[in-house]
Amino acid sequence: MARSFTDIMREIRASIREIGPGDAAAIREQSPQTAFVDVREQTEWDEGYIPGAIHVPRGHLESRIEAALPDHDQPIVLYCAAGTRSALAAMTMLQMGYSNVTNMSGGFQQWKTMGLPWQLPPKLTAEQKQRYSRHLLIPEVGAEGQAKLLDSRVLLIGAGGLGSPSALYLAAAGVGTIGIVDFDVVDMSNLQRQVIHTTDRVGERKVASAKRTIEALNPDVTVIPHEEMLDASNVERIITGYDVILDGTDTFETRYTLNDAAVATNIPVVHASVFRFEGQLTVFKPYEGPCYRCLYPTPPPPELAPGCSVAGVLGVVPGIMGMLQTNEVLKLLLGIGDSLAGRLLLFDALDASFQELRLRRDPHCPVCSDEAVQARRAGRPLHVATVGADEPFVLGSINSMGMSSTVGGRQPQ
Amino acid sequence: MSTVRIPPVLRANAGGSKQVDVSGRTVGEVLEALVGRFPSLSGQLFTPEGELNRFVNVYLNDQDIRYLQERSTPVDDRDTLIILPAMAGGTL
Repeated sequence: MARSFTDIMREIRASIREIGPGDAAAIREQSPQTAFVDVREQTEWDEGYIPGAIHVPRGHLESRIEAALPDHDQPIVLYCAAGTRSALAAMTMLQMGYSNVTNMSGGFQQWKTMGLPWQLPPKLTAEQKQRYSRHLLIPEVGAEGQAKLLDSRVLLIGAGGLGSPSALYLAAAGVGTIGIVDFDVVDMSNLQRQVIHTTDRVGERKVASAKRTIEALNPDVTVIPHEEMLDASNVERIITGYDVILDGTDTFETRYTLNDAAVATNIPVVHASVFRFEGQLTVFKPYEGPCYRCLYPTPPPPELAPGCSVAGVLGVVPGIMGMLQTNEVLKLLLGIGDSLAGRLLLFDALDASFQELRLRRDPHCPVCSDEAVQARRAGRPLHVATVGADEPFVLGSINSMGMSSTVGGRQPQ
Repeated sequence: MSTVRIPPVLRANAGGSKQVDVSGRTVGEVLEALVGRFPSLSGQLFTPEGELNRFVNVYLNDQDIRYLQERSTPVDDRDTLIILPAMAGGTL
């Protein structure tokens, strides 16, 4: 017996759960684990959607939904323009074994009419859609994630062994602003691992060489050169406004100076260090994980901690560690995955092995403990073991020129 | 015998070994036995007062001994101790 569209819809509506946009909005507020799935066509999506919704056009529902939502028991709200296509989609998902699917009747049209929040998709140019197409295909990145990257600002401390590979991949990924702090010039002995520079640039300033390579790779990226040595007098001015810092320094003085300022300004630092065939990597995410001083309250004497120029390093080791740093940076910018905050990853190139150690916040840390934060707010920062900064780091007042005044007790140079 | 992993910066003081098998019932005993075998490690690991240097972290398997029972932490034969001083190298 032939059944009409009306018959089918009546049957479906009897088998699925439906709520109106008002209830759906309340669920969205109160239950962040609930996934909103927009089953409309691309052209409809392009004119606006519910923020945070996943876009799976109904025509691709069966083939794509399990990749987007692997947990069949996750609470899901489906919507289309008016609630009919999403009712059909809800029925399909029930048949696929999804146990907690709700259709939003009235659809996006009613949602908008009720003044509930919606947004337009980020605008990428045709060239950007092509350039970043492999990112756009990943649900966890997509156009929104790519737009986030294009709006992001990452600071590289050093355009050397760690900073070079990172800069290349951050630029390729479309991180819109890359700041580079380096006062050195390209040396022939750098080229064994610092792959952003080239033989004909020996003698050229590293920031200029890196800028040329990055701009040739991706014109979407703006490079901000900071041709100076990071120290207590300039650290706040340099790091302010960046979203994530990639630490590729090779002196303890800079590491501690950077750590103290990054904790005070609440900017995560992706840290790595290398030695011959081995490397260490972690993320110092202020107040969520330990900081560098929690890990190493005092620096070693110089004879115990030689840099690459003394100890040597297999060129690929900073390459690998720099790539892993870049991975952490991209995850932090996109807000996806589990960062290495609270975990130290050790890499051994000779064994081709990784090992993970647990790191904890030091409850008495002179920089990131609650006590330290309160003391800093009160203008009386706790004493820190002296290296780099002669005095504890204090957030300076930034004047209209963007210059910090007395930071760490020193005058800007 | 527990295994102690020697960091690259200290290998010259440990006969070039990457890891050494040492006996001991606690972290402290293992470290003392290690220093007994390689006396030049002593100045690098310990202060003149005999405390562990603060720029050297010691992990029992994956846990920092500072958050266990420090040097009194019991050690099993199958455990690995990792000595990990801060490393400097990045750019240059």
